[in-house]
Amino acid sequence: MTRNLALFGTVAVLFILTGMFQSWNLSLSILGISLLSAIMALGVNIQWGYAGLFNTGIMGFTALGGLAVVLVSARPVAEGWAAGGTGILGGLFLGAASIAAAVFAWNRMAPGRARMLVTLVICIGGFILFRMVFDPAVSAVEAFNPATAGNIGGLGLPALVSWPVGGLLAAAAAWAIGKISLGLRSDYLAIATLGIAEIVIAVMKNEDWLARGVKNIIDLPRPWPVPYEVELQQSAAFVDWATRWGFDPMTASSIIVKLMYIALFTAVLLAVIWLSERALNSPWGRMMRAIRDNEVSSAAMGKDVKRRHLQVFILGSAVVGIAGAMYTSMAGQLLPGEYNPLRFTFLIWVMVIVGGSGNNWGAVLGGLLIGWLWLIVESLGPLVMSGIVAGMADGALKTHLVDSAQHMRLLTLGVILLLVLRFSPRGLIPEK
Amino acid sequence: MDILNALIVFLNFVFVPGLAYGAQLALGALGVTLIYGILRFSNFAHGDTMAFGTMVTILVTWWFQSMGINFGVLPTALLALPFGIAVTALFALGTDRVIYRFYRKQKAAPVILVMVSLGVMFVMNGIVRLIIGVDDQNFTDGERFVISAGDFKTATGLAEGLAIKTTQAVTVATALIVMALLFWFLQKTRTGKSMRAFSDNEDLALLSGINPDRVVAVTWIIAAGLATIAGVLYGLDKSFKPFVYFQLLLPIFAAAIVGGLGSPIGAIAGGFLIAFSEVMVTYAWKKVVTYIVPESMAPDGLLQLMSTDYKFAVSFAILIIVLIFMPTGLFKGKSV
Repeated sequence: MTRNLALFGTVAVLFILTGMFQSWNLSLSILGISLLSAIMALGVNIQWGYAGLFNTGIMGFTALGGLAVVLVSARPVAEGWAAGGTGILGGLFLGAASIAAAVFAWNRMAPGRARMLVTLVICIGGFILFRMVFDPAVSAVEAFNPATAGNIGGLGLPALVSWPVGGLLAAAAAWAIGKISLGLRSDYLAIATLGIAEIVIAVMKNEDWLARGVKNIIDLPRPWPVPYEVELQQSAAFVDWATRWGFDPMTASSIIVKLMYIALFTAVLLAVIWLSERALNSPWGRMMRAIRDNEVSSAAMGKDVKRRHLQVFILGSAVVGIAGAMYTSMAGQLLPGEYNPLRFTFLIWVMVIVGGSGNNWGAVLGGLLIGWLWLIVESLGPLVMSGIVAGMADGALKTHLVDSAQHMRLLTLGVILLLVLRFSPRGLIPEK
Repeated sequence: MDILNALIVFLNFVFVPGLAYGAQLALGALGVTLIYGILRFSNFAHGDTMAFGTMVTILVTWWFQSMGINFGVLPTALLALPFGIAVTALFALGTDRVIYRFYRKQKAAPVILVMVSLGVMFVMNGIVRLIIGVDDQNFTDGERFVISAGDFKTATGLAEGLAIKTTQAVTVATALIVMALLFWFLQKTRTGKSMRAFSDNEDLALLSGINPDRVVAVTWIIAAGLATIAGVLYGLDKSFKPFVYFQLLLPIFAAAIVGGLGSPIGAIAGGFLIAFSEVMVTYAWKKVVTYIVPESMAPDGLLQLMSTDYKFAVSFAILIIVLIFMPTGLFKGKSV
C-alpha cells in the first residue's frame, strides 16, 4: 500500500516539477490528457486484465466517441438535414434491414444451394437499394453550403449528454465485432479490431455528410461548468480577483479552464474506477478472472465463456468511447486526421502493461505516468537533442537528428514495453 | 460493342495492378504464415519488418547510385536487395535472440508473444523513422515502362492503351521466382522438411531429433527475406512511406487468414484474392461497361462499388466472411 502511494506520489512530483520548471499551463494540459488516457487504460484493463481479451482497435472506439460529440452537441444544420436527412436515415435503415434479412434467411433456411442463392440475392439487392436511396441524399446534404457546413449537423444538445452517447456508439460497434470474432483464437480478435479501427477512421475521413470529414468540425460546445477563457477575461469580477492574488488574468483564465476540465475528468475517472472495483470484487468479477485463467474449467462449471467475453468486451469499449467523447469535447473540434494507431491504440496498451494489467489502480498509474512521459518528450525532446548535438558541426546530420527527436519516443516506448514484459510482466502495481 | 477495347481497359486498370499488388501481398502473407506455423503467434511487427528491410535497401540503393552503379533498364534497388535481406535477417535473428527466445523457452501464451511483437513493432518503427524519416521516398530508376500506353496504341491500332510498368513486371517475376524457390526449399530440402514437420507437430518433430533452434533461426531468416522483398517491391511499385507499411498489416493478415494461417499455398491464394477484390471493388467500371453495352445503354454513374478510400474495408469484409463461414481458411490452416 505504501509502495503504491509512493508511486502515485512520484507521478505527482513529476507533474509539479513540470509546473515549476516549465509552466503550469503545460503541466495541467498534460494532466488533462493523461487523465483521459487513464480512463481509456481502465477500459482496456477491463478487457485485458479481467478477461484476457486483446483489443487493438482502441483508436476506433475513441473516434466513435468523438463522432458522438459531433452528432449530439454540434450546432444543427437545419437546411442540410432537411435536404437529405431522411434519405440518409432511410438508406442506412435499408442497409441494416437487408443485412438482418440476409442473416435471418441464412439461419432459417435449410443448408444448400437455395439458401446461398437467397442470401446472395438479399445482399446484392439490399446494396443496390441502399445506394439508390443513400447516394442522392448524401449529394443533397453535401451540396448545402459546403464551405462551412455540408453535413447533417448535430442535435445541439449539451456536451455532457454526448459523453454517454459516445459510450453507446462504441458499445454497439464492440457488440458487432465481438459477435464475430470472440470465440475464435485470441489473435483473430486483435486483427479484427485492428481492421475495424482503420475502417472507422476511413469512414470519418471520407463521409463528409457525417462530420465534414477532413474538413473538420470546429467550435464544439464546452461541457456544462467549463467557461470560455474570453468570457472570464471580460468579466470584471474575475480580472479583479486575479489581480488581487497577483495573477496575470490571461494565464489565470486558461488555468481555471484547465482545472475545471481536470475536475470533470477526475470525477468520471473516480466513478469508473469505483464501478470497476465493485465489479471486480463481486461474484461476477471472480467469475471473469476464473474464465481468464482457465476457460475450459469455467466452461465445465457451466459458465457461458463466449457470452461473458462479449459482455466484458462491450463494457470495456464503452468506457473507451466515453473517454474518446471527453477528449473531443475538450479539444472542441473533431479532426479525423489526428487519429493514429500508435498514439491512440498502442500507447494505451503500454500504459496498461506498464501500470499493471488486472489492477485498476495500476492502469490509472500507467496512464498518468506514460501520458506524462509521452507529452513531455514533445516539448523536452528537441531541447535535449539539441543539447546532445551542440558540439557537432552544423549540417544536414545535425538538423536531421534534432528533427528526429520526436521519433525517439516511439523507440523509447517500445523499449519500455519490452523491458516491462520481460522483467516485470505484472507491472508497477501488480494484480492482488 | 467493342469487346477488345473493354478487355484492354480491364487488363490495364484491374488485372495488371491487381496482379502486382497481389504478388506483394502474397509475399508478405507468406512471411506471416511461416512465423505463425513455426513460432505460433501473429507477428504484428511484420509490416515494420517490411519497412525496415526496404529502408536498408533504399540506403544501399542511394549509395550505389552515388557511385554510379546501376542495373541497366532494371531498378538499382534489385542489386541492393541482397544487402537489405542480409541486414534485416540479422536484425530478425537479433530480436529473436534478445526478445522472443525467452518467451519460447517459457512456453508463453500466444497472446503474450503478440504483445511482445507489438513492442518490437514500436522499436522498428522508431528506428525507421529515426533513420529515414516519415516522408515519401521514391527510389525507382531504370526504364519506366515495359510497354507504354502510347506504344501499345500505335502498335495495335486500338483506342485504349495497355501500360505495363517495369516495376510491375519485376514484381510479378520476382514473386514467382521467390515462391518457386520457397516451395522447392520446403518440399525438397532437409531443412525445409524439418520445418514442415515442426509446424505440423512440434513434439513429434523434437522426438525425431530435429533441432528446434535451427528451425526457428531459418524461419526468421526466410521471413525477414520475404518481408524485405515484399516491401521493396511494394516501394518500387508505389512509394516508400513507413506509415503505409504499418497499414499493410491488415491486408496481409487478411490474406494469411483467408488462405489459412500456417499454409504457404493458402497465403499466396489469399494474397491474390484480397488484392483482386480490393482493386475490383474500388475500380470505377464505367469505361469497361461503356465499351461492352450498346451505346443507348451507356451508364451515367461511375459504377464504382466503393470509393478507393475504403480499400481496407474490402480486405476486412473478406476477413469477416471467412472468419464466419470457414475459420480455418480456404486451405485448412491450423488455427481456431
